[in-house]
Amino acid sequence: MAEFLYLYRGGTRGATAEESEQIMQKWMTWFKELTASGNLKDGGQPLEAEGKVVRDKRGTVTDGPFAEAKDLVGGYTLIEAENLGRAAELAQGCPILERQGLVEVRPIMKMDM
Amino acid sequence: MVAALTRIFGLRNLELAEDVVQDAFCRAIEVWKVRGIPENPSAWLMTAARNRALDVLRRERTARTFAPEYGRLLQTEWTLANAVHEVFESTELRDDQLRMMFSCCRRELPEAAQIMLVLALVGGFGVREIAAAFVSSHAAVEKRLTRAKRTLKESGALFDIADAADFAKRLPAVQRALYLIFSEGYHGASVRTAVRADLCHEAIRLTHLLAKHPLAASPSTLALLALMYLDAARLPARLDPSGNLTPLYEQDRSRWNGTMIDDGVAWLERSATGSEMSRYHIEAAMAAVHARAPSTEATDWGAIVALYDRLMRLAPSPVVALNRAIAVGQRDGPELGLQAIDAIDRRDRLGEYPFYHAARGELELRRGDDAAAREHFAAAIQAARNPEERRFYASRHSACAKVTLGTRHALK
Repeated sequence: MAEFLYLYRGGTRGATAEESEQIMQKWMTWFKELTASGNLKDGGQPLEAEGKVVRDKRGTVTDGPFAEAKDLVGGYTLIEAENLGRAAELAQGCPILERQGLVEVRPIMKMDM
Repeated sequence: MVAALTRIFGLRNLELAEDVVQDAFCRAIEVWKVRGIPENPSAWLMTAARNRALDVLRRERTARTFAPEYGRLLQTEWTLANAVHEVFESTELRDDQLRMMFSCCRRELPEAAQIMLVLALVGGFGVREIAAAFVSSHAAVEKRLTRAKRTLKESGALFDIADAADFAKRLPAVQRALYLIFSEGYHGASVRTAVRADLCHEAIRLTHLLAKHPLAASPSTLALLALMYLDAARLPARLDPSGNLTPLYEQDRSRWNGTMIDDGVAWLERSATGSEMSRYHIEAAMAAVHARAPSTEATDWGAIVALYDRLMRLAPSPVVALNRAIAVGQRDGPELGLQAIDAIDRRDRLGEYPFYHAARGELELRRGDDAAAREHFAAAIQAARNPEERRFYASRHSACAKVTLGTRHALK
């Protein structure tokens, strides 16, 4: 088993409260599936769109990240899977794919000394 | 609400669940004082408890481990609000109460502790109310509850109501606890009427929860519900306007609750499917015989005796035998009634039971032996458990005295 990070990029919110609720329900269902299959290591958290970007140690801080909406990281989740292929397969259940978003699947690097 | 919150927080965080409910109530009192009581107070409380639960979960998500079945979903904002919302939805809430009830009725706990736990954690009764209902001190109830909660927490997990085999095995203990809660309200040692009627109604509410659940709605559950309805129908006539106990044969039957009798009979009919014949069936059938009779004299005592015979075969006890003897006395006259009492096995165990002495007193009185009757009523006064009982037996005691004085007078 290896660990992978899902980075969620882009995606649109629900237009109505009802639609948002449906979306959250889909996340719930997907997370339950991942829990049941033993692949969910840490649900992670969703992220607000705005924030600050710290560029150096002299205190250069700017508002940001101002990426294009479709590239903006909207949250993350830690997954456990046999290999990258399996992790990518599992990501196909992610509700963000129905909302013009994408899941970036990245293996966690093991830092051997 | 405690039941729902425990499902989220996990059994090991039982106090946390109780604190959240407490907080929700405190907040309600504060807000309602200013803004008035909302249209739907219970929904308001539910929302307050849910929001408070979310706060607690967010604050402590890294420090504590919550319920394993929700654990992961509670650690992440992706699903936190939804998971809590899900648990608070009504059908889930009903299952939570069942789950908690089944968890409380563990064999390791004495029956008295089980029913206190059910009342505290599912019924929302406070320590003071429970102490009043069981004529126990505040400290004693608190100690007992603390110990019982510890046992519950040590068991690690809530009862799994989805496991049909375990469910069927635990069901009789749950039925028994509800039966005891009802009996405590109906016959119990405390006559603080408000509390006692509460106990009866809570027992009926919880039994309804069982009756709505496909696995729990067995014929014996429906019979238990029938029994509660038929007995509770008589509650309004049990105390006269000045608060004195009124025995069945003197009750004003027009004060019995006709709707509850109809409901009880309907539940009894529904319980008569399958081959199961529980003690609840028999007791409900007896209550139905009484409920249908226009007076004590017009009661089918033959049917009552026959039902007691069945009950003696199913669950023999000196108390059941005593009640059977009283019915025999009604059917065949006081002589045979007294003989039936004398024939009770392990009769010595009834000594502390005031009804035993009172029953002998009534039969002696009807037979015309006032001196013997007076002695028995004196013993009943001794054994009485509360002022209302004491007052009632004292009035029976002085009733024989009057007759005796009257007789003496006539002799002069």
